Amino acid sequence: MEHKIRVLVAKPGLDGHDRGALVIAQGLRDAGMEVIYTGLRQTPEQIVAAAIQEDVDVIGLSSLSGAHLELFSEVARLLKEQGIDDILVIGGGVIPDEDISALQQNGIAAVFTPGTPMQETVKFIRDHVRKGAV
Amino acid sequence: MSELKEKLEAYKKRAEKAVSRFPERQERFATSSEIDVERLYSPEDLSDFDYLEKLAFPGEYPYTRGIQPTMYRGRYWTMRQYAGFGSAEETNERFRYLLEQGQTGLSTAFDLPTQIGYDADDPMSRGEVGKVGVSISSLADMETLFQGIPLDQVSTSMTINAPAAILLAMYIVVAEKQGVSPDKLTGTIQNDILKEYVARGTYIYPPQPSMRLITNIFEYCAEHVPNWNTISISGYHIREAGSTAVQEVAFTLSNAISYVQAAIEAELPVDKFAPRLSFFFNAHNNFFEEIAKFRAARRIWAKIMRHRFQAQDPKSWQLRFHTQTGGSTLTAQQPDNNIVRVTLQALAALLGGTQSLHTNSRDEALALPTEESARIALRTQQIIAYESGVADTVDPLGGSYFLEALTDRMEEKVWEYIEKIDEMGGAVAAIEQGYMQREIQQAAYQTQLNIESGKQIVIGMNKFAVDNETPPELLRVNPELGRIQAERLAKLRSQRNNEEVEKRLQALEKAAEGDANLMPYILDAVRAYATTGEIANTLRAVFGEYRPSLF
Repeated sequence: MEHKIRVLVAKPGLDGHDRGALVIAQGLRDAGMEVIYTGLRQTPEQIVAAAIQEDVDVIGLSSLSGAHLELFSEVARLLKEQGIDDILVIGGGVIPDEDISALQQNGIAAVFTPGTPMQETVKFIRDHVRKGAV
Repeated sequence: MSELKEKLEAYKKRAEKAVSRFPERQERFATSSEIDVERLYSPEDLSDFDYLEKLAFPGEYPYTRGIQPTMYRGRYWTMRQYAGFGSAEETNERFRYLLEQGQTGLSTAFDLPTQIGYDADDPMSRGEVGKVGVSISSLADMETLFQGIPLDQVSTSMTINAPAAILLAMYIVVAEKQGVSPDKLTGTIQNDILKEYVARGTYIYPPQPSMRLITNIFEYCAEHVPNWNTISISGYHIREAGSTAVQEVAFTLSNAISYVQAAIEAELPVDKFAPRLSFFFNAHNNFFEEIAKFRAARRIWAKIMRHRFQAQDPKSWQLRFHTQTGGSTLTAQQPDNNIVRVTLQALAALLGGTQSLHTNSRDEALALPTEESARIALRTQQIIAYESGVADTVDPLGGSYFLEALTDRMEEKVWEYIEKIDEMGGAVAAIEQGYMQREIQQAAYQTQLNIESGKQIVIGMNKFAVDNETPPELLRVNPELGRIQAERLAKLRSQRNNEEVEKRLQALEKAAEGDANLMPYILDAVRAYATTGEIANTLRAVFGEYRPSLF
């Protein structure tokens, strides 16, 4: 059965910069998706638990504090550990190019850095999300 | 009709005729705060302008032209670059480098665990130790941070809010150990919790106990650290979160009103603490709007302090401020272009009469700055100071038809917001209702839509972009730092007198339950090497933690 794409926008770690997370949350809503925003200071465990409880198709992680390698990767690892392979994990923030391939290897499908148009993120989600979500 | 009016009318006709043949670039020109920008400003726009009422002279109420009589002719602004990363050793090295390069004040960036009152070995600190600033878990780290820097000869700003009392106590104790008495210390703690709830996110406690800690600091410093700026009421982060220039000033001054109110309710005489209040603003892209913003802010604050709070001491009327160039205006694309943006923003801050300035580094949309980038940012200020001549006369743009009209218009719009927030019951109520947060969020989203539609141009990003840029050299923070800091903490805990630490933390807890000033208790705990996290947690147990509603 088809359903609207559900996205969890999450702020892992202690970073308080949520302008990007809030803007993207609103952008995805305007694109017709259902968006749940976790608020600040979430541990990877809390994010994964929320994703399962809310039955989301996508987790969008945001960090501008340099903690992305450790925390984004941990979210992907916890999902894998729980046998979940149909949630698309993407990330954004102040992330140097050289970290992007490491994140992709760890299971982050795509990383959107400053200056990315919202439509690019919307399109990526639509093209890569699990079947049945629109 | 006067000759001026006649000629102005004739000009307008000529201009309209020209426009009918060659349309202007836009139908409407406006600032970031949606203030219309007209084709031309003339004496007509200032026809009922009263110089003495609106501007007066520098160093004189309402301080529109600046808070000192001679401004930068006496001494340049303080060049104060925000720095801090990794361990206390690394940051101490960067501090000494910046001082050698001619920087005139220090500004400390703490990592997020420190800013939120967690030790480096707390599970909540995972991945964040040393990342956006220096990790300070105890007095021992603070001693290392300022090693070889005589604290009676340098002014130090610390971006610390919820645990401001703890870090200030550490600074005072480091000075004591250097033989410097607290009355010789100069510097600033940010200590502005309200904007943390609104925009920056490093809150710990709910508003009421947070306001108490802040007034405790006001009271303690008035007595013991008289040259310390006890708060830096910050619009910077409000702007970074996406607000307009008008919102930046309005929300900041509304927050300031709440702090003054809280201190007065705690029975502190206004002229005792108000001269030590300081402010912190953003210098964003729209050049004239920014200059007008700083001038309007000074004039409004002077009126608030003199008339609303009946302060008598002119020092209580003066809005003294630090400025940082706009981080969110930096692009990750073609990062060297950021040097040019920063130059223009810095110039706006100086034409607006700032007391101190941080210029951002070109690579900050990508990572913390490298040493080379940080040096260029400092050189930018030095070039403006020593080569451009803009610092040689006070308020050089004062009297500009455009600038004065814009300053007046911004003032009107700021008052509208302040009055609205007053009606809501003040800043704390407005924040609890999510009002400021929603206003900022709407403005941020609108900016994003304007950039995506191309209405707002960002060079190198949505216009004049290039493909295949070579990534610049970036600073990397040692990923092992969390582990190293944890080991250090374990060692500290095994070496200090834990019975004494326990005793002092209990005394703090008891004091927190009552209504004593907490500064002396925090100082005692710091002296015994109680850690940042232990002190913050002691207060968490009494005060609870702030849990924001989501708006």
